[in-house]
Amino acid sequence: MSTDITPAKNLNKAGLEKKDYAGGPSTLCTGCGHDSISAHIMNATFLNGIHPHNLAKMSGIGCSSKTPAYYISKSFGFNSMHGRMAPISTGAKVVNGKMHFIGMSGDGDTASIGLAGFSHLIRRNVEMCYLVANNGVYGLTKGQFSATADKGAKQKNGAYNPFETIDICSLALDLGCTFVARSFSGDAKQLVPLLQAAMKHKGTAVIDIISPCITFNNHDGSTKSYTYVREHDVSLQELGIVQPMEEIKVDYAEGARQNVQLPDGSTLTLKKLSKHDLDINDRFAAIRVLQESKSSNEILTGLFYIDEKTESLNETLNLVDAPLSSLAESELRPTKNQWNEILSEFV
Amino acid sequence: MNINNFVITVATVNGSGSQSANNILLKSLFRMGIPVGGKNVFPSNIAGLPTWFWIRADEKGFVARREHADIFVAMNPQTLKEDIKTVRKGGFFIYNSDLGIKPELNAETETIHILPISFKPLVDKSTDSIKIKKLVVNMVYVGVLAQLLGIDVLTLNETIADQFEGKESVIEVNRKASEIGFLFAQENINIPFNFKTQKSDRNANKIMMDGNTAGALGWLFGGCTFAAWYPITPSSSVVENYIKFASKYRTDDTGKNKSAIIQAEDELSAICMVLGAGWSGARAVTATSGPGLSLMAESAGFAYFTEIPAVIWDVQRVGPSTGMPTRTAQGDLMSAVFLSHGDTRHPCLIPGSIKECFEFGQTAFDVAERLQQLVIVLSDLDLGMNLWMEERWDYPEKPFDRGKVLSATDLEKVAQFERYADLDGDGIPYRTLPGTPHDKAAYFTRGSGHNRKAAYTEKSDEYQYIVDRLAKKWQTAKTYVPAPVFCDTQNLSARLLNSSSQDVKAVCKNKLGIIAYGSSDMSIKEAMYIMGQQNLNFDYCRIRAVPFQDTILDFIKNHDHVFVVDQNRDGQMFELLKMELPTSVPYLTSVKHYDGTPITADKIVNTIKKNLEVTV
Repeated sequence: MSTDITPAKNLNKAGLEKKDYAGGPSTLCTGCGHDSISAHIMNATFLNGIHPHNLAKMSGIGCSSKTPAYYISKSFGFNSMHGRMAPISTGAKVVNGKMHFIGMSGDGDTASIGLAGFSHLIRRNVEMCYLVANNGVYGLTKGQFSATADKGAKQKNGAYNPFETIDICSLALDLGCTFVARSFSGDAKQLVPLLQAAMKHKGTAVIDIISPCITFNNHDGSTKSYTYVREHDVSLQELGIVQPMEEIKVDYAEGARQNVQLPDGSTLTLKKLSKHDLDINDRFAAIRVLQESKSSNEILTGLFYIDEKTESLNETLNLVDAPLSSLAESELRPTKNQWNEILSEFV
Repeated sequence: MNINNFVITVATVNGSGSQSANNILLKSLFRMGIPVGGKNVFPSNIAGLPTWFWIRADEKGFVARREHADIFVAMNPQTLKEDIKTVRKGGFFIYNSDLGIKPELNAETETIHILPISFKPLVDKSTDSIKIKKLVVNMVYVGVLAQLLGIDVLTLNETIADQFEGKESVIEVNRKASEIGFLFAQENINIPFNFKTQKSDRNANKIMMDGNTAGALGWLFGGCTFAAWYPITPSSSVVENYIKFASKYRTDDTGKNKSAIIQAEDELSAICMVLGAGWSGARAVTATSGPGLSLMAESAGFAYFTEIPAVIWDVQRVGPSTGMPTRTAQGDLMSAVFLSHGDTRHPCLIPGSIKECFEFGQTAFDVAERLQQLVIVLSDLDLGMNLWMEERWDYPEKPFDRGKVLSATDLEKVAQFERYADLDGDGIPYRTLPGTPHDKAAYFTRGSGHNRKAAYTEKSDEYQYIVDRLAKKWQTAKTYVPAPVFCDTQNLSARLLNSSSQDVKAVCKNKLGIIAYGSSDMSIKEAMYIMGQQNLNFDYCRIRAVPFQDTILDFIKNHDHVFVVDQNRDGQMFELLKMELPTSVPYLTSVKHYDGTPITADKIVNTIKKNLEVTV
């Protein structure tokens, strides 16, 4: 009997199959946009070859924040408190710079109760992939508006939102975020490469993912329903990830393409699709395009801005390479001579 | 003549630069070998409001606060009229006669010796620089006091040099100013001054420090690698000191840091960062005070339920609400123990000296990691920000207790890993750290209902298993937190006991007992000394942690009557003890002090004696 009958498996660079990235069964509503996001995360993580042992899945509270239980069970999950994913991730990442962090938050979690933590995470440029599953509504408490609901949008019970919306991407750009994108949970073609690029980014990568709430915000008058988003989605680019050893085959016309070298040596390719001529290295242009899209009722999706020459918080703190948790007593406790030196200051 | 026994109060205006002059005075006395303590009573203000510095020298070593001053230096016109009322009969009241305000004597104060000094000409002689005249005036009164008290000039000059190390011109002008003050007093003050200092070698092996510095040093030696904070009085200097120590002693050969310190956007984030860091396996801590502690409540409950090790260093100030940020209290005890909603309890460590600030700065991490719990250390402003002297501590040799952490190799040996299962019967589960390279290592941390496998649950029995195990862990905690210390009037040095009640009987010699905690310690011992002189003897139990060890309850049971001393309005320790030992209610009396000042022996003696007249 032959010993090499094992069929060739589709293994990634971590030597794992796609099923190694599976999670538990979802308890969200059937048709929830968030379940699509979970699928895209599993796919992107597999494609990037991140070993689940080296992955932390962080979240806050809300429908979105339940999702880490539904993907990559072999990784370390942390379903924290409402609005507190950002600072908890900050502490966790600083201690262990070797871990990859995917944060899954919602619009209430990020734009209301956790707005301060979100803002300061960006200021500090904590190296993590920060996702917002944005549906403009509080699902678990049954349908109240969130701060990302558009002004004039209609609630299921007929009430209109009288307040200005918080645009997560504009806010992130203003706070100095080094990777800002928006996508739609139903657009695997766009979202998967965006997730891949975000996971490779050496700083805070924010992706605002419009993810319709099938139960409480999918009616006429909603600006976050499947129908509305599909009708108003203007995709800025066609995106692709080319791994280091691969040849860049995409051949777009000059002026219509932009390639971005990612920190791990791979390349993000972008082909312009819309009339918007956006240079993704120009923060001001990105802010302008977003502001303009507001008045034209377009939902722009794609990568708005990227800065790959960025210093992450772990670098700013000038930390040793080893996780701080791994430092032994002998590396931490000062010596007897140092002890004497310290106490001599107090006589 | 009073040798090495006196209380000095200096009244100045906040921001006038008196702090370094007062420290020089205090440290000179300390270096002369005199038991001494210093307290800065300051306003919540950058400049302009009144501030006082209290120095207590005492031959017997009781250097806690006293209510009256023997020698007063009044440099603040705003408070001068009130200041004189705090001077003891026959005391000395030195005041700046340039201020245009005079003390008024009445029947109460007529025995006080009034010494007006015009400081302006003395300052003018010291320096021509208008910029530093305001600062130099402080060294002039130090010089005056040095002459009157007979402070060793050599020691004084050395202390000045150390205070301004490396700044020759500053040293020079300060020495000159103190010398001018010294000469002025020598030539102009002729009344008999019955307080004197005398050199001794009593402080040869002693150090002087504040509790916040001692705590930071504890963090350094206790292996802290992560601190997040939001600045708040009176805790800020804990972290500031840690930053200083860590930047010098927590770097590798290439200058990279082995410790991360983050100033957070608020206390909500500070504690969350600490929980993230603790989850990742670091020894992580935040420092705060009452308002910050309140903000941390939700996270405290999360830490309790998810069993993440973390430490909060709470330097208590006066509440409720913003309260009096620069005044001291022990008012956070109850809220710290039960911080957060639902059934939640946290081990609290309560240091009573700077040595214990240093020790508990290390112990807190051991307890937190051993129990996988949030540990709250309850210091206070008096202990944290004021200067205390103590016998020099020994180099800490105790190894870190990193608790029950499973490595990949450990996981290889087990059939399955259940994050929240009680395998050892002590209520403490095993944990893994994120990044552990093993398929069994991963689990899901959540503040929602979970079962022993860390999976989401809404099942009654699975939920109850977790909370009952947490209750069991609370019992286990008693064996890991610092034990109480005991002493009695006949022997005022404390001794530690193990938790067997047999031993407690050995320290219960008297019918009356006192229970206290934290910074009250020194005033308690002084009160016991004073009452001992009047043949009123006590046994004393100082609680150093919650949950209570059985010895504390045995102490109560073995006395006819026990006074419980709290520095808060509601007698919070008194109430906690009653909860633990309901049958003790008739035998306990609450002694409370809550005016924002540190408790004094006078207050304790008066309250206890008054009470004994009624009840015994």
